[in-house]
Amino acid sequence: MRPFSYTRARTLDDAAQLTHDDTALAIAGGTNLLDLMKLQVETPETLADINRIGFGGIEDTDDGGLSIGALASNTETAVHPRVRSDYPVLARAILAGATQQLRNKATTGGNLCQRTRCFYFTNIDQPCNKREPGSGCGAIDGIAKLHAVLGTSDQCIATYPGDMAVALSALDAQVEIAKPGGDTRTVPVRDFHCLPGDTPWRENVLEEGELITAVALPAPVGGTQIYRKVRERSSYAFALVSVAAVVEIEHGKFTRADLAFGGLAHKPWHDPRIGEALIGKVPSEDLFDKAADILLEDARGFGENDFKIPLARRTLHAVLQNATEAAA
Amino acid sequence: MSDTISVNGEQHSLPSDPRTSLLDFLRHDLGLTGTKKGCDHGQCGACTVIVNGIRINSCLTLAAMHDGDEITTIEGLGTPENPSALQKAFLEHDGFQCGYCTPGQICSATAMLQEIANNWPSDASESLEGEMAATGEEIRERMSGNLCRCGAYANIVAAISEVAEESA
Repeated sequence: MRPFSYTRARTLDDAAQLTHDDTALAIAGGTNLLDLMKLQVETPETLADINRIGFGGIEDTDDGGLSIGALASNTETAVHPRVRSDYPVLARAILAGATQQLRNKATTGGNLCQRTRCFYFTNIDQPCNKREPGSGCGAIDGIAKLHAVLGTSDQCIATYPGDMAVALSALDAQVEIAKPGGDTRTVPVRDFHCLPGDTPWRENVLEEGELITAVALPAPVGGTQIYRKVRERSSYAFALVSVAAVVEIEHGKFTRADLAFGGLAHKPWHDPRIGEALIGKVPSEDLFDKAADILLEDARGFGENDFKIPLARRTLHAVLQNATEAAA
Repeated sequence: MSDTISVNGEQHSLPSDPRTSLLDFLRHDLGLTGTKKGCDHGQCGACTVIVNGIRINSCLTLAAMHDGDEITTIEGLGTPENPSALQKAFLEHDGFQCGYCTPGQICSATAMLQEIANNWPSDASESLEGEMAATGEEIRERMSGNLCRCGAYANIVAAISEVAEESA
């Protein structure tokens, strides 16, 4: 690790001031950041430890929803009684990711800001437009098994690797952000992460000095919640494809179909047209195919990851089939 | 700024170099070499220790971040004369070959049995709610953060199962 100075922030203001500088980074759980610092992918001059500024609680909101503090650990969220009963897709997504040791340290805010696991990004000997703008993308003609098939650019085909945010996207959660100076803003999880475009180094909408303070879940809805993760081994592996589904079927027809997909893009993928195509329709193989056609309309493989396109179709089918069976 | 850390019940000053991981602090500064460095990237679990009752990878956290925390390492769980139930069970079931991953396995399993007692679910749990049981499938999922290159997994699961049954 490169030398850095370490400071403990005591308040949110403290933290905002300490990180309002592009050579400084906030550290919470540290499981991703310290890994990248050891690899010299991240080389901050200052680390601001934000673990003691509050924002770790999980609390009911006035509208019947739930606010999950930015510093709540992934474990605290997954085992929270209301998350287990009202938002099972979120508990399932978290439990499907990483290991217990990592989930015990990983935080809500940190997990949303998790960096890609692209081999070219984490290896400083390799070209990577995300890590070193203008150096090229090694993955486009290289090792691309884990890479994106949706929303890619000629600059970057990396994926957002997390599971939690995929469930948050299906649940239409809101990210609460504190700006330097005391103002706040709220961004839907669905708009929090960016596509790579011409600025692959920009992974989310956070500006310098801004910090996530909480994620707010809307009041719970009925129906079935499913998180289906397909991976190369049954535990401790990133998703090749994952589907988070919040689905309601009444009188034999879809009345709600909020779907989000992991492993396919630089962000948890949510396409409102899929829900629109399903709602009001009777579940059938043909209908599931239509939903998959919409999802994969612009999908493009890069050789090693071509398999993700049919895999996403089959996983979506399986999830919609399971949801239909659960409603029967 | 508080600058002390409790390790196996003894107070210590935190290191002056902020780069020091909790793992390096335990091994190099305190000479507690039971905790092992395998990958140093949170992938193998050999460095697992228990912080305030919770298991974590000591390689992916800075010692400086643990002011006021209570750390338990393999040395704090038992001694050769007075081993913990899991330490004894690992010996009886031959839950290792080279032994390098063993301290991490045992620290991890110690905290894991508490997680099951708390009825925390895992990815292998059929229901997210209700009582959790230490089945073979649950143990394998919950211990997936601890790799054993010798492949002693069958005996590791047997050792943990025995202690889980005794404490159930």
